[in-house]
Amino acid sequence: MAERLDVQKTYKLFIGGAFPRSESGRTTVVSSVDGEFVANVARASRKDLRDAVRAARSAQSGWAGRTAYNRGQILYRVAEVMEGRRSQFAAELRTCGVEQRAARREVEQAIDLWVWYAGWCDKFQHIVGTVNPVAGPFFNFTVPEPTGVVGVVAPDQPSLLGLVSRLAPALVGGNTAVVIPSEASPLLAVSLSEVIATSDVPAGVVNILTGPKTELLPWLLGHRDVNAVDLTGAPDDLDPSVLDVAATNVKRVVRGNVGDESPQSITDFCEMKTVWHPIGR
Amino acid sequence: MTDNKHPVPAEPSHGFGLEYAPAPESTSIVSIDDDYGLFIGGEFVDPIEGGAFPTISPSTEEHLANVASASAADVDRAVSAARRAHTDVWGSMPGKERAKYLFRIARQLQERAREFAVLETLDGGKPIKESRDIDIPLAAAHFFYYAGWADKLEYAYPGRRHDSRGVVGQIIPWNFPMLMASWKLAPALAAGNTVVLKPAETTPLTALLLGELMQDVGLPPGVVNIVTGAGETGAALVDHRDVDKLAFTGSTAVGKQIQRTALARNVPVTLELGGKAAHIVFEDAAIDQAVEGVINGIYFNQGHVCCAGSRLLVQESIADSFVDRLKRRLATVRVGDPLDKNTDVGAINSSQQLAKISELVEVGVGEGAELFQPDCALPDRGFFYRPTILSNVEQTHRVAREEVFGPVLSVLTFRTPEEAVAKANNTPYGLSAGIWTEKGSKILWMADRLDAGVIWANTFNQFDPTSPFGGYKESGFGREGGLHGLAPYLSLSPMKGRS
Repeated sequence: MAERLDVQKTYKLFIGGAFPRSESGRTTVVSSVDGEFVANVARASRKDLRDAVRAARSAQSGWAGRTAYNRGQILYRVAEVMEGRRSQFAAELRTCGVEQRAARREVEQAIDLWVWYAGWCDKFQHIVGTVNPVAGPFFNFTVPEPTGVVGVVAPDQPSLLGLVSRLAPALVGGNTAVVIPSEASPLLAVSLSEVIATSDVPAGVVNILTGPKTELLPWLLGHRDVNAVDLTGAPDDLDPSVLDVAATNVKRVVRGNVGDESPQSITDFCEMKTVWHPIGR
Repeated sequence: MTDNKHPVPAEPSHGFGLEYAPAPESTSIVSIDDDYGLFIGGEFVDPIEGGAFPTISPSTEEHLANVASASAADVDRAVSAARRAHTDVWGSMPGKERAKYLFRIARQLQERAREFAVLETLDGGKPIKESRDIDIPLAAAHFFYYAGWADKLEYAYPGRRHDSRGVVGQIIPWNFPMLMASWKLAPALAAGNTVVLKPAETTPLTALLLGELMQDVGLPPGVVNIVTGAGETGAALVDHRDVDKLAFTGSTAVGKQIQRTALARNVPVTLELGGKAAHIVFEDAAIDQAVEGVINGIYFNQGHVCCAGSRLLVQESIADSFVDRLKRRLATVRVGDPLDKNTDVGAINSSQQLAKISELVEVGVGEGAELFQPDCALPDRGFFYRPTILSNVEQTHRVAREEVFGPVLSVLTFRTPEEAVAKANNTPYGLSAGIWTEKGSKILWMADRLDAGVIWANTFNQFDPTSPFGGYKESGFGREGGLHGLAPYLSLSPMKGRS
């Protein structure tokens, strides 16, 4: 019997729940550590980024408007679907040069991190919200709200765990995201987008743009409908002057830490709203 | 349109025909020096390059004092003093001891409250009843509140390691000089930081008096340093390489410049910037209370308030009668000498601000707004502006989009709650909003949808040390007050050995 020919995957962008190629028609060749051709990964353009921001904005109020219980179930569903694809993710990590045992551990940690953050959806408000004992006849409370559309520049390494560690907390808080994943190892992000697309995450809540960070980042920072940008995975040699445009709309610029699992990673992408009402008869 | 200069109120003015005899607060309680130095390392010192600027009373244009202008070299000296104080004393002092210093500051502020209030009104032009009843008591309350946090930080962020950031550079505005100083200093000091504070150019005197108070409480030298000056002084502080954290309250334009510098230097920053608050009145509101709330919301402190309710959104069904009531109420507002205990609206803070307000109102009238100003007498000297209502304002008008920072209310209308939300959020700002309705579910529905950091429902312009304050969108980020006000002044990281 003749040996079966592999069906290769086309690694595309993820925008508004769909998987388009870059409108620019550009791609970047990704090779395995052994130097073998793996894929022509889509190279997102400025137009793709604008489309992604528009999709994220359209989805934001709906995502934030879901109950916290529902958001928690959906993020848990991401973990469930990933669990069934462990071997695929591990194989892709190995293609990107991660040693077998480390690859398996990274996949398991990423899945467990989704579970951890899924559980925060209806709890972090207890931890970071307050009822404030003001000196007067008022009921006064403070609650977290999503910042809005968040740009996430994911770390290059670990390409899967790093992405999940920054994306998941943004989603917990009710934000929608435009993600620039690992430039060196973009495969995992594309496969994660396929998980997200099949996990009841509404279209547009997560958008993933593969491509060169130095090219995409200034457009992300300068987009006036992006409320916050997470620079955790920004290149070390980033010219600080590209950050200037972030001040155009007073963006929240976050520099996180991949290893730091904490509710603070959620509140990095939250605004605090305080409401006053008089007490009387 | 009515006569712009002397429009006639809709109803007989001065409600009961009452005249108020002058009731001026005595200024004998304050003594103002001819010249002030910079407060660095616990002492008042002459600036290295010797410059000074005058500060005047905006209500009389009388010269009050000459104040040292800090150059970059002076700022450097202040930052060095703060660094030494952080390394040698304050950063390692047990929280219980830091707390006691802050409690002392709060107590001495209470003891000298009248002196601070009179000086605040002299230098800034705000009514004495506000500086006496709001600014200074609240400033003391902020120190008292955060004093108690200094030895309880491990309970503020459980599971997190917390460290002070080090030397903090803080820049404050002229609208609430002492209150803003306390909002900045109290949480920073409680968290174990040392501070270089730059007060606003037009209102430096109460901050300098606070420097004296810091000496009286025995605060270790260098823990608080006060550098007076204009924008260049602030820029030198923002640019200084040894400042670990920046905090700014002021205009959105300057805030953006500061954010750019902070981003380039990778220094944490918090910004409390401008606002264009929607003050939303539904037809089912308690109307008399809403009238008082709207008047207070915009004319409090001459409208020099970043969270002022400057855009009235009134439901169409009651718009005409509500605006008539506002006009009638406005005719009884007493404008004049801020030292007079009966004065509701005092002096505009500076001639520049007066010019800006006048210009924007002229633009508003030119764009088609209808102007109402009560026919009240204004003092011959000083900077005063009649409290103003601009009705028939549209969302595209500059007075509906730009922060006037003066006693000017723009009136717009809406029909449905959805339209109120859309119009309220149609601004790059997001600091505060007001809602007036007797229907509780509608309050919560609106509060959920308004993009603003502070929502006042059936009240407005309430402040408290325990209540976080700060903006969404281009009104800045970070919170001041409450538990949330501590976070910007702490470096939070994972606990060692946590699984």
